[in-house]
Amino acid sequence: MGRKVGIVATGQTKHGPKRLDVNLRELITEAVTRALEDAGLRMEDVDAVFLGNMEPFEGFMFPELWSVEGWGGYLKPSVKFNTGGTVGTTTTMAAYYYVAAGLYDTVLAVGFEKQSDGHTQAAITTVGDPVWERTMMAGAVGNFAVMASTYIHESGVTPEQAAKVAVKARRNACNNEYAHLQMPNLTVEEVLASQILAHPIRKLDMCPQSDGAVAMVIAEESKARKLAPRPAWIRAVATAHEQQYMGDSPKRLAIMRSQIAASQKVYKAVGITNPRKELDVAEIYEVATYAEMAMYENLGFCERGHGGKLIDEGVTSMNGELPVNPSGGVLSTNPIGATAMIRVAEAALQVMGKAGTRQVPNVRTALATGYGGNAWTDALILASN
Amino acid sequence: MRTDVAIVGAVQTRYEAKKAHQTYNELVYEVVSELLKQTGVPMQEIESMVTASQDFWDGKTISSMSVSEVVGGYLKSEAKVASDGIQALIYGAARILAGAFEYTLVVAHCKESEGQGQTITAVMFDPYCQRPLGVIAPTVAALQARAYMNAAGIGSETLAQVSQKNHRDAMKNPLALRAGDYKIEQILSADAYADPLTELMAAPTSDGACALLLASPEKARTFGSRAVWISGMGNSTDAYWTDRDLAQADALSQAAKRAYQMAGVGAKDIDIAEISARYAQEELLYGEALGLWARKDVAKVAASENGGKVNPSGGAITGNPATVAGLTRVAEAYLQLSDAAGAHQVPGASVALAQGADGICGQTQAVVILRRGEA
Repeated sequence: MGRKVGIVATGQTKHGPKRLDVNLRELITEAVTRALEDAGLRMEDVDAVFLGNMEPFEGFMFPELWSVEGWGGYLKPSVKFNTGGTVGTTTTMAAYYYVAAGLYDTVLAVGFEKQSDGHTQAAITTVGDPVWERTMMAGAVGNFAVMASTYIHESGVTPEQAAKVAVKARRNACNNEYAHLQMPNLTVEEVLASQILAHPIRKLDMCPQSDGAVAMVIAEESKARKLAPRPAWIRAVATAHEQQYMGDSPKRLAIMRSQIAASQKVYKAVGITNPRKELDVAEIYEVATYAEMAMYENLGFCERGHGGKLIDEGVTSMNGELPVNPSGGVLSTNPIGATAMIRVAEAALQVMGKAGTRQVPNVRTALATGYGGNAWTDALILASN
Repeated sequence: MRTDVAIVGAVQTRYEAKKAHQTYNELVYEVVSELLKQTGVPMQEIESMVTASQDFWDGKTISSMSVSEVVGGYLKSEAKVASDGIQALIYGAARILAGAFEYTLVVAHCKESEGQGQTITAVMFDPYCQRPLGVIAPTVAALQARAYMNAAGIGSETLAQVSQKNHRDAMKNPLALRAGDYKIEQILSADAYADPLTELMAAPTSDGACALLLASPEKARTFGSRAVWISGMGNSTDAYWTDRDLAQADALSQAAKRAYQMAGVGAKDIDIAEISARYAQEELLYGEALGLWARKDVAKVAASENGGKVNPSGGAITGNPATVAGLTRVAEAYLQLSDAAGAHQVPGASVALAQGADGICGQTQAVVILRRGEA
């Protein structure tokens, strides 16, 4: 394998529904500046920039090129990715591969989205095949309603269990100064009484639409050791895709083959056989409450059919055996082009011991995931050694 | 440093104005299945894929969704670059250099005919001040052509000479969309594209796809002379188009500098250059930024058919779609160095350069240098 690579610094914007105080360029600057300050670097110390964004949501082709001064890219190498929900992890992995390959020593990875500039759900409608799928499941909510229905059928999870996931996320988010939705007093009853969007998904079962950006400084081993007392080493990365059409893979939204394949690859790479015991924290891309429970099963946190039990027993709560999404997760913050990279940044903060009031004690190994497109998955293992 | 990654195969579709008989996943299937056949590498051995496509041209958010399966991505690692395919190639090479994969399949596709270019290119522009003016890709290409003509002291005849040479060369390239032995007067009096450019000085609307297979040294050695080595790579991004001199290509100069340094060669060592020029002025401007000639000589260079070493394929001006054009340049450079270019083969070349660009007036640039020989 190539060189050892670590995350040494992170920066996030305050994420919110409409960041009308900044334009896209300024939004990116906010995250990049914080990441550079965190690393004690200046832009000239950065060799290359890796960018992730879902431009159809802004209705803007190459928004990163218009924003080039916002991320300090003038006359620097840069490359831009666009892979849907996973784009933040796709971009992180690209940065990892280039540094591991020895092409660059210190790079910046940036994910951003200003959904208030465009119309996300209109753009998401076009992800479906124009002939077979586009007329059936418009937008993310429809897709996850099908997912949740299948998953309920398979596992018998209840709306109450889903509501507990919603409460966990929004309460955890109160410890995250950057989170979009912070709801300290949210109750299961309120979730169950929230507006139905597409059965069985209620408004509070679903992630919000956010404006926000995230940046990370990623460096090869010797630079990383100089820049951070405790870098979050990228120990393993994997991507797994599903088949194109929903009907080609039976129950694909409940039995998430890509989650199984990607997570098993990274577990195997670092020798994890019991993720529930061997991972100290997970930041996963849970687009809806039901998805989080399905992911528990597919990521191997519990046996199949026990996703609901895990939330009932508090295993994934802040004080549980394996805290999942101390940041509040996607359910609390979702600037899509940044969302998966926020998972990585939050996992890195946990490993670096810099997560503040949302810090899980003694984190040595963390999992971060991305999820999107045709139900595809990215998985990364970060570790302190 | 040595990069130790080789290209072991390259396949393109024929470029056509409107491939109404194929969806873009079918275009990708065509090039990928042919590439597997030519290289003899079964899909089971390929674990890594990098694709390039553009959501706005595909009319589909996450355009890679319809090709991730066709490129063999099921349960494997595919990633999509939202820029020219040459960036996908560089990323693919990085994945192999990192020691993570033995092969990486690199594919770019675009069907420009399915969209409305004027609407699509309009959304590249600043939404606050520029979009309301109705500015689109042809407008800025024309502004750049004028700026370059003024800066280099050339007239539209010089641009026409570039176009004439490329369309004549394209007559030997069976995949080219537009080819012909045009007279200078014909080019100058063709329908206006955006003054000073005529339709024959700008790439036509085009559909097509291109796929390459990259391999680690261990795998590449089994391909003999069909393995062509990537010896240098560089990329760079310029300021937004209204914040720079359009008669300069500083990002390309930077990208070229990095690629030359990595390859340990200079512009004088380049036997063949495939330059991604969708407009006639770009070939002269980019050749200059690559160090192939000086600005004071461009009129002479154009009159002498660029010394015979630029764009033997006919180049992008004869019709390669957005997002694909730069990867096509790499494919053509590969064909030359593996002696597989057929009628447009240039004999005896050993070092080739391929360049790709994307964004308004080539805001983001990439250069790849290839060489024949052993790892």
